[in-house]
Amino acid sequence: MDQSPFVRKEMLAPKAAPVSETGAVGWIRQNLFSGPLNILLTVISVAVIFWVVTHTAPWFLNGVWKASSLVECREILNGATGACWAVITERWHQLTFGFYPPELYWRPILAFVLMLVALAPVLYPSVPRGMFWFSLLYPLIGFWLLWGGTLWLPVVVLLGPLVGYVVYRMLRSYSSALGMILGAVAILAFWMWLAGPLSKDLQRIFPLAIREVPSRDFGGFMLSIIIGVTGIALSLPLGIVLALGRKSDMFLIRILSIGFIEFVRGVPLIALLFTASLLLNYFLPPGTNFDIILRVIIMVTLFAAAYMAEVVRGGLAALPRGQYEAADALGLDYWRAQRLVIMPQALKISIPGIVNTFIGLFKDTTLVVFIGLLDPIGLSNSIRANAAWNGIYWELFIFIGLCFFIICFGMSRYSLWLERKLKTDHR
Amino acid sequence: MSQTAAMQAAQMQVSGEVAIQIRNMNKWYGAFHVLRDIDMTVHRGERIVICGPSGSGKSTLIRCINRLEEHQEGQIVVDGTELTSDLKNIDKVRSEVGMVFQHFNLFPHLTILENCTLAPIWVRKVPKREAEEVAMHFLEKVKIPEQALKYPGQLSGGQQQRVAIARSLCMKPRIMLFDEPTSALDPEMIKEVLDTMIELAEEGMTMLCVTHEMGFAQAVANRVIFMDQGQIVEENAPKEFFNNPQSERTRLFLSQILGH
Repeated sequence: MDQSPFVRKEMLAPKAAPVSETGAVGWIRQNLFSGPLNILLTVISVAVIFWVVTHTAPWFLNGVWKASSLVECREILNGATGACWAVITERWHQLTFGFYPPELYWRPILAFVLMLVALAPVLYPSVPRGMFWFSLLYPLIGFWLLWGGTLWLPVVVLLGPLVGYVVYRMLRSYSSALGMILGAVAILAFWMWLAGPLSKDLQRIFPLAIREVPSRDFGGFMLSIIIGVTGIALSLPLGIVLALGRKSDMFLIRILSIGFIEFVRGVPLIALLFTASLLLNYFLPPGTNFDIILRVIIMVTLFAAAYMAEVVRGGLAALPRGQYEAADALGLDYWRAQRLVIMPQALKISIPGIVNTFIGLFKDTTLVVFIGLLDPIGLSNSIRANAAWNGIYWELFIFIGLCFFIICFGMSRYSLWLERKLKTDHR
Repeated sequence: MSQTAAMQAAQMQVSGEVAIQIRNMNKWYGAFHVLRDIDMTVHRGERIVICGPSGSGKSTLIRCINRLEEHQEGQIVVDGTELTSDLKNIDKVRSEVGMVFQHFNLFPHLTILENCTLAPIWVRKVPKREAEEVAMHFLEKVKIPEQALKYPGQLSGGQQQRVAIARSLCMKPRIMLFDEPTSALDPEMIKEVLDTMIELAEEGMTMLCVTHEMGFAQAVANRVIFMDQGQIVEENAPKEFFNNPQSERTRLFLSQILGH
């Protein structure tokens, strides 16, 4: 056979791919009809979806939006299938605010809007850094707006860190660790014993107060968000400290951290909540009025922090030893190395686990119904207790579920965005 | 002895000032005796290459000099500061002693420039702008200023190691430790890193280098230290060390690494 040498004269221009490989047709072929099993599954799935939609859509779409009771709903429907969304339109304010005085609704709404403002610099690095000061002050502003009372209380609470700093400065030359510990003790002591009386005295001299709203009037999504957001904001730093404690070289700190994490993880949240509502009253000195919402926040925070500590520990374990050594070799001390080198990487690795814990915590806030707090689920019970809405379940639960889903899905999307944004390793 | 003459000749160009003094140092990992009776004096401006088979304790030795490893017996004095469990002394020594690792250990979440300015800003309290100028100066020195805004993951191994050298230099260290800086590199990248190190040596930096690059040792070292089983077996000027090794163990080692 004659083997003549081959030399290409012209380079080939790219041609369009066949229709079966690209576009909608290609996608459908590859994803829905790639083989006999896939075809079978596609057909069954479509049939199931069709059945579910045709059976539920009329109920959703044929709903009654305006009625004052379940009976009236049924009269309007006149035997046809349909949801009674009227319960939402009539009681949405209760599901949102609980029994908060309606004329004061502007306060939680303002607190919520300010919360979004305070969260912005935490969530989005492009927001000016100066906004962090507002984020730091927000807990006091939010507290004052929601519970009301004298303005002097948050102002005096603000003095606590100042007292702590003075103590730290006095002891720093002696030992900075001792200064930090005693400074923290001074802050707590100031808040526990001095802040209350001091703000009362100031209030007597210069009255400056808005109407007080007791904790028992709090409820609905407002309560869920208060407990959830506070718990989320506090459990991450506490979890980081516990994770570091668990990896510490200091025996006592390590044992205490492990003990705390294992104990709290091993106990059901509901048991901790009952402890918060019942037992703490026995242990605390008589006469102390320790707010129930505050107690619940503490318990939820401790619970989430134990999980958080393990999530963060996983991130820490994933870092190569070389990162610690490089930070040490550059002369960074322990806390700087943690803050600048270790934590940014460990937390980035842990983002999915951290957000997982956040979402779990937020949904667990509905458990407070068992200790008599009126979260949305608790309110759905009290709405049903009214003769007008006796017997209405689905509409309320679907609405509550939808609201929780929107918030949790938002957190999930945010974490995906953050992960993509922080991805710098180019692996 | 013939070796002392060669050593003295090599030390002519170094000052008499002592940079590192190690006396009778011993270290154990648990019950295992890794470093045995190490005695060593490094003068300012000296370039010392430490070699030896794996597990001989050479990396552990230089890691003891900036206290990445703790020694249990004896004395290590770096730049007049004795290394004890006193954290202040340790941080002082670490900020004076630069270290380059086998696996670079750059911080992957920071850009090249941020890697270089982190320690000057937070340890030396240098203003950010000034730290960036210094960083760019050293990045130019290691010939990669154009990569300053990239992340370590976008650079080749050789480039990463040069950044690691620049990162150490930004702290203006008086002593540089190199722990097998070329062992994790592809062959074609070894040269660019060695060239950087040679340049550094020519400027009179005090250097301790654990390496198997015998060409580098011959080019820049004024002393070669051979270690085996946690002890210093032979210590000599490079020419003598390679041409006329005294110990049987050294001869065996050299024949193994040079013989192929």
